[in-house]
Amino acid sequence: MNHPQRAEVFNRDEDRVDWHDKTLWWVRQKRDMAAHKLPEWEALREAASQIKHNVLSNLDEYLVQFEAHAQQNGVTVHWAADATEHNQIVHRILVENQVTQMVKSKSMLTEECHLNEYLERNGIEVIDTDLGERVVQLAGEPPSHIVMPCIHKKKEEIGEIFHHHMGTEAGLSDPQILTGLARTDLRQRFLTRRVALTGVNFAIAETGEFVVCTNEGNADMGAHLADVHIACMGMEKIIPKREHLGVFTRLLARSATGQPSTTYTSHFKKPRNGQQMHLVIVDNGRTVQLGREDFRNSLKCIRCAACMNTCPVYRRSGGHSYHTAIAGPIGSILAPNLNMADYADLPFASTLCGSCSNVCPVKIDIHQQLYKWRQVLVQQGHVSASKAAGMQAMSTVLSNRRVFAVAGSAGRTLMRWFPGIVSNSLNPWYKQREMPEPPKESFREWYEKNR
Amino acid sequence: MSPRDKILQAIRQNKPALTALPAIPTSNTFADQVVERFTEILTTIGGQVVSVPDMNGVAEYIRSHYPAHRVITTFPELAEVAEVHWEDTSPHELADVEFAVLNVHFGVAENGAVWITDPLMMHRASPFICQHLGVVLSAGQIVPTMHEAYARIGSADYGFGLFIAGPSKTADIEQSLVLGAHGPKTMTVFLVD
Amino acid sequence: MTTVGLFVPCYVDQFYPKAAIATLELLEKQQINGGPIQVVFPKGQTCCGQPMANSGFEHLTKPLNEQFVEQFGAVDYIVSPSGSCALHLKEHLHSDRNEDRATATRQKVYELTEFLTDVVKVTHLKARFPYRVGLHQSCHGLRGLHLSQMSELVASPFSKPMQLLNMVDGIEMVNLDRPDECCGFGGTFCVVEEAVSAKMGKDRVADHVRHGAEYITGADLSCLMHLEGILRRQNSRTKVIHIAEILNS
Repeated sequence: MNHPQRAEVFNRDEDRVDWHDKTLWWVRQKRDMAAHKLPEWEALREAASQIKHNVLSNLDEYLVQFEAHAQQNGVTVHWAADATEHNQIVHRILVENQVTQMVKSKSMLTEECHLNEYLERNGIEVIDTDLGERVVQLAGEPPSHIVMPCIHKKKEEIGEIFHHHMGTEAGLSDPQILTGLARTDLRQRFLTRRVALTGVNFAIAETGEFVVCTNEGNADMGAHLADVHIACMGMEKIIPKREHLGVFTRLLARSATGQPSTTYTSHFKKPRNGQQMHLVIVDNGRTVQLGREDFRNSLKCIRCAACMNTCPVYRRSGGHSYHTAIAGPIGSILAPNLNMADYADLPFASTLCGSCSNVCPVKIDIHQQLYKWRQVLVQQGHVSASKAAGMQAMSTVLSNRRVFAVAGSAGRTLMRWFPGIVSNSLNPWYKQREMPEPPKESFREWYEKNR
Repeated sequence: MSPRDKILQAIRQNKPALTALPAIPTSNTFADQVVERFTEILTTIGGQVVSVPDMNGVAEYIRSHYPAHRVITTFPELAEVAEVHWEDTSPHELADVEFAVLNVHFGVAENGAVWITDPLMMHRASPFICQHLGVVLSAGQIVPTMHEAYARIGSADYGFGLFIAGPSKTADIEQSLVLGAHGPKTMTVFLVD
Repeated sequence: MTTVGLFVPCYVDQFYPKAAIATLELLEKQQINGGPIQVVFPKGQTCCGQPMANSGFEHLTKPLNEQFVEQFGAVDYIVSPSGSCALHLKEHLHSDRNEDRATATRQKVYELTEFLTDVVKVTHLKARFPYRVGLHQSCHGLRGLHLSQMSELVASPFSKPMQLLNMVDGIEMVNLDRPDECCGFGGTFCVVEEAVSAKMGKDRVADHVRHGAEYITGADLSCLMHLEGILRRQNSRTKVIHIAEILNS
């Protein structure tokens, strides 16, 4: 199913849509309140955007610098050209350590690479330890939001999932109690797993350290109790200097949840005594995106999800309607880079309202890129023939002013036809809306008589 | 060609023309009354500040709040009320620690965070695995924002460095804030004048 | 004398002639630098091409662009009672035949309210509209043309449409819970993504109705057409009205 079909299903339960919309709008409001406490907010966004631009313009040098420093620090650095190589590298490390179980904190990269499925096929048990990720993992679903993975679930449903999978009491719905149950359950996993995988928020070229930001402390509980720490990062996570963390840490949590900081900002530089620390640098289409001038800025993304929380479409269609690891506006400009045919619907899942670009802490021109992806997708033949024919017909009529100006006939006919131009059968406009009452005369008819 | 060289070559082919790094914006927003701001913000994110005249105040707090629990610390002067020799245990053996009291380098007014590096943690797991966390911070060691924080860290070497801002928390279930996700359920900053 | 070319978007011409008439009359009343304005309506105009371009078919708009430049190349200003059409022209009007002329044409495009506040510098209006009115901030006017400050940014508030509405006698503007959320029209989005589009429209309408708006106004009739479609389906007493009709009332 494509985005509109999934969105239609989501909208069959209007109360749930209202609940989902309000929950995420509240996060947008918290983001606004946090941002408005910093008069320098817009200057910070601009600086962050420029730092990231510098990174993209010098990415090879920074990666080489980072690798050298990380190696000096005792970290083993791996490079993966695509998702398969990434998954193989992680699997190899597990096999070398004779381990069949690991804990994993949030990493959208591993979602993008479908690491869990790959490892499970190879007999490895992966436990997601972020509470939201654990909930969706138990439910057998992908995350619907990159910061709040189970935001589409109601607390009663989470109680039911825990009851079913963890044997907890039936009928629980208090978030405090549910969180406590997950804490107890996952603590045992942390204490018994020898390998922990984490994502990476920032990697510092100057020092070879990498930074992981969480609220729950799950990345650290995993990493500091395991013999082997594997960190996986998209290659664009590099920033030049430690001091640049000042800019990004000020923006990240405020944009994401309205907090002044994540609870934990962990700087991993060297493995502790006796521990292995591996870092996997992944391309998986990023170098291609880097070469697309119109779209390379999407690689500036720091995964805060502010664009999702503000997006009026995301809030009313749910994260799963985007059928890709990263939902929402940013996902809609990232996904077509990986596969245009599969994700041709996503750049159209937007009104181009532009709110996403305004909240983006690194000033990615998201809505402009949605517009540009539409042009690329049409040029590459990824829209239906009927839509293309309709657009051609419309262009022909509108380009011929004599046809158009046959007042009151062709014009109004065309206009009434327009909303249905991409529809083969019933015009969807009329499902929940009326068209305007046609006036007696058009403006140009009135103008002829009166001026 | 190795994946590494393939990736680097593709970047060289596809990267845009070099652009300069910008100046980092400065801020006066949190420059005044850093102690008050630190206290206010730490409180709003679920932490608490307890002002103490000296380490005796911390010891007193431990005695009254954790009389029958396992308490660990890196402060030798708290030896009467807490374990001080736990460096040779495995971090897993800290799973039953109720309260850990650690020293930190400095605090940050704008977000209520404190900066700690691994010698001060003894075990990297210690600030996370305890049920409740306490840290000791000098009132004179609070910087306004993260810009000053990183300026202060400079090029310091460490194996693991950490900003902690309040107790572990989650709002993954319907955006309801719950303190104590996987790490400490409470965070107390002992502020020493 | 200053000449203003009136660009009436295709669907406004056909469905909302009253808005276009009000725009014309409003412009005819104004002066620039103490001199009158001559408003002309080039009759060969049709459409800015936005419906095609936003659907990914910008390449099909080339003949429309040439037509637009030919029709409007000679006037001093081009004014349109539609923020999204004005924005589309400002961003995408190009010409293979004469790009310089297209650039010059592009640069003199104004949406009606910004033309009134920034070029005419209107300070008072003889208008009366004794009703409770909600202002719908259309996204392209708001975030594209910066007709008002955007709620996402940390920046000083302003609003060109509100500045003008505040000059109208008897009008009572209502506050909204979400003053600049999208209505969900979005061109072909309104049919391709019917479910989300309609839900967005219903939510916008509910915000205005909840706050007692008798009219919803705005600088973009495409949004208002969408909201009107929902209001009429709901048999609501709340109506939509283009801002030009209020300013010219």
